[in-house]
Amino acid sequence: MFFMAILKSFLTPGFLIERNKERCIQCLVCVRQCANEVHYYDDEEGEVYSDEMKCVNCQRCVAMCPTRALAVRRTTNELRENANWTPEVIRSIYIQAETGGVLLTGMGNDRPYPVYWDHMLLNASQVTNPSIDPLREPMECKTLLGRKPASLVFENGRLKGKLPPQLELDVPVMFSAMSFGSISLNAIKSLALAARQEGTFFNTGEGGLHKDLYQYGDNCIVQVASGRFGVHVDYLEAGAAIEIKIGQGAKPGIGGHLPGEKVGKEISETRMIPQGTDALSPAPHHDIYSIEDLRQLIFSLKEATGYRKPVGVKIAAVHNVAAIASGIARAGADYIAIDGYRGGTGAAPLRIRDNVGIPVEFALAAVDTRLREEGIRNEVSLVVAGSIRNSADVVKAVALGADAVYIASAALLALGCHMCQKCYTGKCNWGIATQDPYLTRRLNPELGSQRAANLLRAWKHEIQEMLGGMGLNALESLRGNRLMLRGIGLTEKELKILGIKAAGE
Amino acid sequence: MLREGAVRIPAGCAISGIMNKKGRLISGQDIIKSIAVMHDRSNGLGGGFAAYGIYPDFKDDFAMHFFFDSQEAKAETEVQLNTHFTVVYDEPVPVREVDAIRDAPIIWRYFVQPKAKMLVKAGLSEEEYVVKFVMKINSEMEGAYIFSSGKNMGAFKGVGYPEDIGEFYRLDEYRAWLWTAHGRFPTNTPGWWGGAHPFTLLDCSVVHNGEISSYDANRRFLEMFGYRCTLLTDTEVIAYTFDFLMRKQGLPLETVVMAMASPFWKEIDRMDPERKETAKAVRAVYGSLLVNGPFSILVGTSRGMIALNDRIKLRPCVAATREDFLYVASEEAGIREVCPKPDRIWAPRGGEPVIGLLENTASHYGGVPCAEKIAINS
Repeated sequence: MFFMAILKSFLTPGFLIERNKERCIQCLVCVRQCANEVHYYDDEEGEVYSDEMKCVNCQRCVAMCPTRALAVRRTTNELRENANWTPEVIRSIYIQAETGGVLLTGMGNDRPYPVYWDHMLLNASQVTNPSIDPLREPMECKTLLGRKPASLVFENGRLKGKLPPQLELDVPVMFSAMSFGSISLNAIKSLALAARQEGTFFNTGEGGLHKDLYQYGDNCIVQVASGRFGVHVDYLEAGAAIEIKIGQGAKPGIGGHLPGEKVGKEISETRMIPQGTDALSPAPHHDIYSIEDLRQLIFSLKEATGYRKPVGVKIAAVHNVAAIASGIARAGADYIAIDGYRGGTGAAPLRIRDNVGIPVEFALAAVDTRLREEGIRNEVSLVVAGSIRNSADVVKAVALGADAVYIASAALLALGCHMCQKCYTGKCNWGIATQDPYLTRRLNPELGSQRAANLLRAWKHEIQEMLGGMGLNALESLRGNRLMLRGIGLTEKELKILGIKAAGE
Repeated sequence: MLREGAVRIPAGCAISGIMNKKGRLISGQDIIKSIAVMHDRSNGLGGGFAAYGIYPDFKDDFAMHFFFDSQEAKAETEVQLNTHFTVVYDEPVPVREVDAIRDAPIIWRYFVQPKAKMLVKAGLSEEEYVVKFVMKINSEMEGAYIFSSGKNMGAFKGVGYPEDIGEFYRLDEYRAWLWTAHGRFPTNTPGWWGGAHPFTLLDCSVVHNGEISSYDANRRFLEMFGYRCTLLTDTEVIAYTFDFLMRKQGLPLETVVMAMASPFWKEIDRMDPERKETAKAVRAVYGSLLVNGPFSILVGTSRGMIALNDRIKLRPCVAATREDFLYVASEEAGIREVCPKPDRIWAPRGGEPVIGLLENTASHYGGVPCAEKIAINS
């Protein structure tokens, strides 16, 4: 039995682990599965016990238990009720009083802010225009990302000049940036395989491209971030497109930090840094202090790759995102990726994640409107990220004005993530956000890729159903088609920002 | 209840077009007969016609047809008109009393020339100058509406069945080489004269049967280029799309059609490399102008007529030829009524245009020998 000898911490367990003694067969699967060492076998008692203090509620033991003997629940222990000093607020203070450090967290903002996707409803055709049945008629989801000329020029009936490089997506959903380091090589392989199978793209994040992944280059967007990890000419050449990462929805305005203990041989090689050293990404790019500097980097990368690849820029959704996006479009970016405040991360300071940035729905609407007012929306592509949870979110994003979306949290959920938000500990029991070989081998890239590919295919079917219902048979006819949306439970101001009418209007 | 323009109103319809490719003029009687046969496709809430070649005496002047709600609106508009244009001639559009047509606004026509000084000051081409003026009046001037603004052509429309509208406007007395007609079945309208078809801009007129599901995608794209979609009708958006692609972008007709009723990606994959590259570029650059949803349209211009269906043919459209004449109508009956024995009659496939151009106008369409294109798309 577990006894706490001395009071070292004011913290109490957040979860309650229920073990059904009648079902438990003492097989010790839970003991072996938990990298947090919650479960342990007491030799003297001949029984398995659990130390709930260590539990992060990742559900690995629950899922793996062969007799379904386990359940993890919210703790039944309750502090005195207080609407202002909630248990989370109090726990945070205890932790900081103990450690003197910045609070860390993983994945996206979990605060109960409104989810605007859930305040928009889609249209469908009735009588005056027929809905189209995707089982019987073609239903096109192909999307081309990249810069488009303002007009095509024909000479003697023939097209003059060439279209700038475009990314061709069979489904308007790409896997968002996740670095080798923040997630395991097996997780990246899973996504790379799925992207290739379904005709879309995965993104290296700022971790470089592992040598085993060069074969997936045609389905890869290579990122150039402030730390420049793993950036060299072969890397740039390997990708189908290049993305300059300025910001990230989970932590706008700050950089990144991969602790040295995660930098093993493979990561060291890929990122081109010594083993065991911290990989620190500065908050800004130290060669980009202005929009004209960004333009120089965009064109340096284009020069380096002979103008054969689209160069995009990713920014976090912040208050004046519309003006920033306009500047980026004019700086020569081929696509702009906007990451909303719900976007996930491997590690972010809790206060930043939960308090900085704006909803991607608003950011997208504002950017699309602004670029149209300036008459340049057609020249640049828009990709949005930051908690796209299902196919309906995708459809609504396109109707608001996006060309395509990025998913990362949803993709990791497909691989087994249970949203415990402890990615930064490196102890991911699902083999995703970890570099521990004992854990990473739990994720088989073949099986993982099937799950990720299934998710894309399922969403594509659903997108096609919704498109057909609206009487459309090509995704581009939905892009920016805001009449297909109606707001529900929104204020006048919110409707105005989203540029949509209220339900019933 | 909101007037059309303040609210978007879907509509079903009948369309008909008759053209003589040698430019021989015929009276409006046939087109009225053709559209009248399809009476049940409209509901008395809108009918209209476009006629080309009707003003030979003023063939170099922009013929502006106005609806005015009041004499005050007319006076106020004329101040604007006289500031920007020299009015060569003006008169009320002649009408005859018809029982079924009531509540007609003041209908006036002006034959105008842009004032040279204003034109230079604006730094625009004549066409662009006229377009700007039309957009301004229609979106800003209360009680005034320009429903026709081309040269040597005119639109005639109103609230009523098309055959009554034709009678009202005395179309039997006009002679044109190209006639298009429209009978409207709006599902919800208080009956505003400006809302009837055809919709025109310069010499481009559109009659349309359908409801475009891509409306807002098309509209928001066009509005980037100075178009103001004040009517909120699909037809207005189609007319502007044509104007944008053909006049502003200067695309070959074939490419215009490719943008508006794009081939499917599966077809594009099977094309020869050059055509494939063109099709891909067109979809990439003009994808927002893909007209998606059920439609059959007839576009009239001073060069000829184009009929087009949506790419999966969700609305009817039949075409026929007899000697120098090209006929297009929603129903075969609309053609047989005026041409019982056509040389050829067929139903064009979805996305496949029927193009009929005046002879010797090929150079206007990017070198494509269009005069030969009558009825080749079967």
